[in-house]
Amino acid sequence: MTIMNPHLKFQSQAVAKPYFVFALMLFLGQILFGLIMGLQYVVGDFLFPLIPFNVARMVHTNLLIVWLLFGFMGAAYYLIPEEADRELHSPKLAIILFWVFAAAGVLTILGYLFVPYAGLAKMTGNELLPTMGREFLEQPTITKMGIVVVALGFLYNIGMTLLKGRKTTISMVMMTGLIGLAVFFLFSFYNPENLARDKYYWWFVVHLWVEGVWELIMGAMLAFVLIKVTGVDREVVEKWLYVIIAMALITGILGTGHHFFWIGAPAVWLWVGSIFSAMEPIPFFAMVLFAFTMVGKRRRQHPNRAATLWAKGTTVTAFFGAGVWGFLHTLAPVNFYTHGSQLTAAHGHLAFYGAYAMIVMTLISYAMPRLRGLGEAPDERSQTIEIWGFWLMTLSMVAITLCLTAAGVVQVMLQRWPTDGTALSFMSTVDQLAVFFWLRLVAGLFFLVGLLCYLYSFKQRGRATARDEAALAVSA
Amino acid sequence: MSTSLEAFASPARRLPGDLAMWFFILAELTVFALLILTFAVAQALQPQLFHASRQLLDSSTGLALTLSLLTSGLFAALALEQVRQARASRAAWLLLAALLSASVYVLLKLGEYSHLAGAGLGIEHNTFFTLYWMLTGFHFVHVLLGLLILGWLAERCRRRAYGPDNCSVMESGVLYWHMVDLVWVLLFPLVYILN
Repeated sequence: MTIMNPHLKFQSQAVAKPYFVFALMLFLGQILFGLIMGLQYVVGDFLFPLIPFNVARMVHTNLLIVWLLFGFMGAAYYLIPEEADRELHSPKLAIILFWVFAAAGVLTILGYLFVPYAGLAKMTGNELLPTMGREFLEQPTITKMGIVVVALGFLYNIGMTLLKGRKTTISMVMMTGLIGLAVFFLFSFYNPENLARDKYYWWFVVHLWVEGVWELIMGAMLAFVLIKVTGVDREVVEKWLYVIIAMALITGILGTGHHFFWIGAPAVWLWVGSIFSAMEPIPFFAMVLFAFTMVGKRRRQHPNRAATLWAKGTTVTAFFGAGVWGFLHTLAPVNFYTHGSQLTAAHGHLAFYGAYAMIVMTLISYAMPRLRGLGEAPDERSQTIEIWGFWLMTLSMVAITLCLTAAGVVQVMLQRWPTDGTALSFMSTVDQLAVFFWLRLVAGLFFLVGLLCYLYSFKQRGRATARDEAALAVSA
Repeated sequence: MSTSLEAFASPARRLPGDLAMWFFILAELTVFALLILTFAVAQALQPQLFHASRQLLDSSTGLALTLSLLTSGLFAALALEQVRQARASRAAWLLLAALLSASVYVLLKLGEYSHLAGAGLGIEHNTFFTLYWMLTGFHFVHVLLGLLILGWLAERCRRRAYGPDNCSVMESGVLYWHMVDLVWVLLFPLVYILN
């Protein structure tokens, strides 16, 4: 940070860079473990006993959560100073927390891979405060505490920046989302013996993250990038943000009910969950309209074509993945047959990729050229490779989703629908689905190619584009 | 005809309140519309059950609830008129009256809820009562939020924070309160009367 970077409004924004770089490294890891699992679906003993399926799944999902958290933190460190119009409160704290979080993350993943899970629980003193053993929240209690400490330090850092600086709608929404993220994570420390009750609190973390406060984070990040790449008035963008946030919260909070179907919870949740979550596609649709309207009204042709493409792409993919594929099985009478089937996996893949992986890549695409000192945009060749990466990954994910959807439909027909005693058992059903799983694996390989393409697009040497040098000359 | 058109086109005509509040109201009405639709469809599927269950509700209480909310809405509208005429302290008293009238609603509703709960007609009793509690409960939460807004506006008026040229926040608050009114006017016949 000794060399001034002329492309950053505030030099402390540079702390976002290690967060983004590490996020993308973890993303690569997530995809590799996804491929291992994809193969294990059809070749059950692949890599057994080295990496059993349950471990590969745990690593795949945990890496997803952690790389998205790194992405959100990087995004906050980049956009909060710019919105607050002042330097970050403490860049040093941001770097220290980066290393703490990265070390804790790596140690936890190594623990998953090299220590049997029960041994890991014993080693980390899980019996003192049992929180392990639940999907997505498998982290040892001590790692969870580390996450809370990192989150507190992070919130303190950006909170102080915000308090002393300009308060904009975007930064307030981002801050609210991040505080919500930290607060709802606290439910992961409560682990009642009763499995039905445990599920309530578990969903308070998982659902109120992805269908609640994360939508605020996504909305704020999207609005930030759209203002930058289109030059549209902040006031217009803020009105849109209000609508998106209001709809996300009205539908998302009570929409939690759709997870309480058939788990031993009262029947009223069938009504609450069905009605409120039926409207959850609305905020995602509003984001599509938002992105395309803003790009349509743009006041300038931003040289970073790739960032604009990501911004539009994330809204469309999120609308289909989270909105449409969520709605497909959210109504209680439908969910009676589809609960926890391959349809859920189809929805999970497209929603996580479309809403959260893509919004992080949108911000990386916009911010990384500046963080690397390249200017507003990488050169044309790099952008073309990046756009190839975008299409390869997105289309592969659509293909994965379609394969899993087909598998889900067949699964329901064979295993859930028949009432005359001809229904197949779970494992016999899975045997019948092998063709879809093979196709899904092929799509997964294409996804990896897309990701490598995307990572390769960062290869450009540090030199500003001609357009940008001209712009710099003008501003000087 | 021509005068009304001119009035429509005149630059003095503007959207009362903040645009964001209108978006919020639109979103809220969408949610209530879906709830009302669900109630109507469920009633069409189980007409006897809905008829029998509705007899257990006291429609005169429903009427009293409606009147208290409408009165409160009237006071809020009158308060806004006073602010527009630069009489903020009078507006504060009117808002207080609106708050009191709305409190009558809250007390009556709580009485009704405890009566129903005591009679074993809880949210799990049958489809009618599941939807009764959901619809009126979701609305009740909005009324409670409305009380906070009315109280806050009254306090701001007492401090003369609003005037004829500076009443957008006041308008937004009153708009919200009218939305709560409007939804109840739809809920009352749907839940208590129509068979």
